[in-house]
Amino acid sequence: MSTLFDKIWDKHVVKSIEGGPSVLYIDKHFIHEVTSPQAFDGLRKRGIPVHNVKQVVATADHNVPTIDQHLPIKEALSKMQVQKLVDNCAEFGIELYGLGHPYQGIVHVIGPELGVTQPGMTMVCGDSHTSTHGAFGSIAFGIGTSEVEMVLATQCLLQSKPKQMRITIDGELHKGVTSKDIILYIISKISASGATGYFVEYAGSAIRALSMEARMTICNMSIEMGARGGLIAPDETTINYVKGRKFAPQGADWDKAVNYWNTLRTDDDAKFDVEINIKAEDIEPMVTYGTNPGMGISVNENIPSEKSIDEKEKPSFLKSLQYMGFEPGEKIKGHKVDYVFIGSCTNARIEDLRAVASFVKGKKKSDDVEVWIVPGSKQVEAQAKEEGIDKILEAAGFQLRQPGCSACLGMNEDKIPAGKYCISTSNRNFEGRQGAGARTLLASPLTAAAAAITGVISDVREMI
Amino acid sequence: MSKPLNIVKSRFVPIAIENIDTDQIIPARFLKATTREGFGKNLFRDWRYNNDNELEPKADFPLNNPNFSGEILVAGKNFGCGSSREHAAWAVDDYGFRVVVSSFFADIFKNNAQNNGVLPVTVSEEFLQKIFALGNEATLTVNLEAQTITIDATGEQAKFDINNYKKTCLLNGYDDIDYLLSIKNEIKEFEKN
Repeated sequence: MSTLFDKIWDKHVVKSIEGGPSVLYIDKHFIHEVTSPQAFDGLRKRGIPVHNVKQVVATADHNVPTIDQHLPIKEALSKMQVQKLVDNCAEFGIELYGLGHPYQGIVHVIGPELGVTQPGMTMVCGDSHTSTHGAFGSIAFGIGTSEVEMVLATQCLLQSKPKQMRITIDGELHKGVTSKDIILYIISKISASGATGYFVEYAGSAIRALSMEARMTICNMSIEMGARGGLIAPDETTINYVKGRKFAPQGADWDKAVNYWNTLRTDDDAKFDVEINIKAEDIEPMVTYGTNPGMGISVNENIPSEKSIDEKEKPSFLKSLQYMGFEPGEKIKGHKVDYVFIGSCTNARIEDLRAVASFVKGKKKSDDVEVWIVPGSKQVEAQAKEEGIDKILEAAGFQLRQPGCSACLGMNEDKIPAGKYCISTSNRNFEGRQGAGARTLLASPLTAAAAAITGVISDVREMI
Repeated sequence: MSKPLNIVKSRFVPIAIENIDTDQIIPARFLKATTREGFGKNLFRDWRYNNDNELEPKADFPLNNPNFSGEILVAGKNFGCGSSREHAAWAVDDYGFRVVVSSFFADIFKNNAQNNGVLPVTVSEEFLQKIFALGNEATLTVNLEAQTITIDATGEQAKFDINNYKKTCLLNGYDDIDYLLSIKNEIKEFEKN
């Protein structure tokens, strides 16, 4: 009678407060430079240590430059914040995969690739895209800095159990349609707030057929429909991915872990508060036209007309289109782009780079666009070079940069200029997200690569 | 410890826009500070000023409208969506708001606000629209103990939900962390299993 979520949750409840939240035990805690300094200050003020440094993984990602990483960071405040993380980790005894370390990278890329992320765990980070780790069948969600302090101090959080939603996607995806299109399609159907208050389990044959990295892309964007997190039951794909990674269990511990992981699935008679069913065949390559991730359409659709929008939502809709420089009812295909950004915790893993390289091999980018490819980690970067992906990208005129959050969030040096259009594989198209005045169109790596070649929004299926 | 909160009677600042994300509340370029103070001056920075310049306020943005003031911010559905940055709650608090009213809040923002002594009050869409329709002289009274919000001029009142634990914390200015530290032995016991 239990869902996968119930099974993991129940195992981690230390105690429940009557009429209030539960004390939830957290197995792994990821930290980065932006949302941790005030939490460490809190510990210092209270004069208390970190509860267990072995359960904390630290890296620098949001503020780091993606070229010339061997040189000092130019921006003074960014430099200070990254240095603060170095100092705090040293003072409290936390191992840091900082700039220059072979494991450095975007926190949600390195956790899985190091085998820190495992099925059945509870995991948090001061970053809303922590939902990424749910792809392994774990409860993973983003928290604020006060909560970062709580987890550092006690390894626990006070949490109310969320409602549960299951989204089942059955069938086969069309060629050229990726897991990014699945999640953009889902959010476009249920809106940017459609799953607020819920934890989402993704199920169905189309999900089972996905690789681990493709599953991470889906869980990553759960927060973009308001969900606390998303998760996918572990299966053979999951177990094969984790096996042999640096922090994966070894020997007898491995066998024991696999036996447990195999029990982690929703019972047939378990009930969800909401069930949504989607046919994989209905999904086409997607692109967003507005300023929240729910404002997405197929590349072949027109932007909604004014009369199709609810009266009450019209002011927000028109404000959004005005920011984007689009007209209601306008066709999106063929619209010019200025920048192409392939990166972020959503789509900067080796499979994303492989897909892009295999598509652009022998092609040249349009003269009118600038293309930034930013690997998610040092390990992804090294792997890309080993496979010769860097050469293919260079030959196409794409710039392969160094690992970091880069142009996803307008915080480091990589920003899109005001008024410019950027087709981006990241997760948010909010106003100013990629830089003040920047206009973001979210899409899959393949759709972004297609636009890099043609210089306009294109249907990648016509090019493969 | 945050400031205890019970009754707030005040005028309000209305921002009748839906899906206000935390990147609007406090843009990422202001997240480089390593303390909790001083975020209020950059609250809604890019909606408040032209060309990122404090000398060029956008006259039509409610925070720049001298007719609007008070300790209560009233905003459209799905307030605080997006990034988990607690800096958004710090900015709202530092600017001087004690209460945010909306018909729907994103989860993480709601937690972050409560952890900083800022009360998120969820009302029906209908009640929210009634508030937006009020004149700028109108005041609201939020009573946490009674869990009510009242339009003072008409006496129209709505109840709001909050769990008992969080209510006690806000009324007294308690932090979750004090509670968690007080049960550390139970946590250590749990870890043995």
